[in-house]
Amino acid sequence: MNNIKKYKKIFIETFNAKENEVCQLTYQSTPEWDSVGHMNLITALEENFDLMFETDDIVDFNSYEKGIEILRKNGIEI
Amino acid sequence: MFTDSIKNFSKHKAVVTDLGQQLTYHELHGQASQLFEKVRERCLVFCLCKNCVESLVGYVSFLSNRIVPVMLDASLKEEMLNGLVEIYKPRYVWLPIERCNELKEYYSMYSQNEYVLLRSKLHLNAEIHDSLALLLTTSGSTGSPKLVRLSYENVFSNARSIAMYLSINPDERPITTLPMHYTFGLSVINSHLIQGATILLTDRSLMEKEFWQFLKNEKATSLSGVPYTYEILKKLRFFKMDLPSLRTLTQAGGRLSIELQKEFAEYCLAKNKRFFVMYGQTEATARMSYLPYERVLEKLGSIGIAIPGGEFSLKDENGILITESGRSGELVYKGSNVSLGYAESADDLKKGDDNNGILYTGDISQRDNDNFFYIVGREKRFIKVFGNRVNLDETEQLLKSFITDCACIGTDDHMVIYITENGREEDVKKFISAKTGLNHSVFDIRYCESIPKNSSGKTLYTNLAL
Repeated sequence: MNNIKKYKKIFIETFNAKENEVCQLTYQSTPEWDSVGHMNLITALEENFDLMFETDDIVDFNSYEKGIEILRKNGIEI
Repeated sequence: MFTDSIKNFSKHKAVVTDLGQQLTYHELHGQASQLFEKVRERCLVFCLCKNCVESLVGYVSFLSNRIVPVMLDASLKEEMLNGLVEIYKPRYVWLPIERCNELKEYYSMYSQNEYVLLRSKLHLNAEIHDSLALLLTTSGSTGSPKLVRLSYENVFSNARSIAMYLSINPDERPITTLPMHYTFGLSVINSHLIQGATILLTDRSLMEKEFWQFLKNEKATSLSGVPYTYEILKKLRFFKMDLPSLRTLTQAGGRLSIELQKEFAEYCLAKNKRFFVMYGQTEATARMSYLPYERVLEKLGSIGIAIPGGEFSLKDENGILITESGRSGELVYKGSNVSLGYAESADDLKKGDDNNGILYTGDISQRDNDNFFYIVGREKRFIKVFGNRVNLDETEQLLKSFITDCACIGTDDHMVIYITENGREEDVKKFISAKTGLNHSVFDIRYCESIPKNSSGKTLYTNLAL
């Protein structure tokens, strides 16, 4: 599975979201992306992409789009 | 209750918000008085809370003027709010402007910035006991109408005890990480306001950049959290952050894992900060015990000693006092912060003190040779989810309106729900997550052919795997 597919799948599973709506998701735009959901997302991404985010990455990560940028910053090709 | 602070610290800042608002104690008193002018009578008010100035002004106004607020979450579901209104029939509701049309029998009579005061169209005149100060919910998420009745003495004495053991002085600047309607969050506000300290008020979560900017810019001196807060802090690489102003961390609202306790204790020791592990219940206003920060590493896992003015004892199943160390019994607390009792209807507001200063906590505990207490189990069927009590039986009742049969068990922050309808796991997860407002990841839905029961129909929870 390529990275963008993997990334999308994590969003779908973490937020119980539909495939066609994940790209628009932002922090607190859905009840599932609350602080608990956010932690689950960060943990899932760290495990699946084998990385450790810095504080700034975690608090800047406020949308699907922004997350891609942050993964790239961490050396993930996506 | 806050009159001393208003007098002695009138020019000192009572509150600073992340939106840039600031009020001195004098100004806070001024706004609270304006709101009181519109009510001017002892009655019941629903106060819908957010960590914002209007909500704080409402609370201070009500408590200072003998108006009795029920402290509720401002994001409480509309149907649950209406359910509570029907049961308790408050004369007024103080709530965010965007919710002002949700209550049919109420009209808007006054507004202050982003909040509106609604008055009932009916002439309600419920009798309220003289000592009743405020009411708190026992469980936010299941919408249970059961409230805890607190007296002025309860609130004031607990705030004083907390201020004493934490040595709170007017220079303290606690940043809010917990909601105001939640007993722990409210205790932070009370214990600091009576000491003339400055509350840093924000509705932002730890996950937002704005929270950390606010903390740094305003030089917050303390932060409070439930176990889940500490998990988040660790994940956020808290140990690598440079936060020189932060002197104190406090933890309550459930049991923090030993590993995390140790990590935070060691970090605080190295950084010259204080880390307090504490224990309490809404039924005791908020706080019953604390672990002195100097001894946290030595007494890992302990809830510590009773707060100033309080006293613990242990009773066995026959009600006999346990005095030796290492033996388990129910933890019993005695103190002037023990609530008056519960309310389940408007009629209960006239009730007096049911508890007489003694609380059977429902927590099974032991003491060690130094008289430090340790919780080893729970008598009642509830779990703590992100610091809030969630009653498993009430959750089952909620579910039974949706499915034929179920059984709920769990550990803190994790609930297992057994259902007997194959293939409905996802439906059930969505339903219960929407109903309780808790993230779906809390719930683990499992199918089983039938719920194990004894001959009288009682669920055999011990036959179900966690």
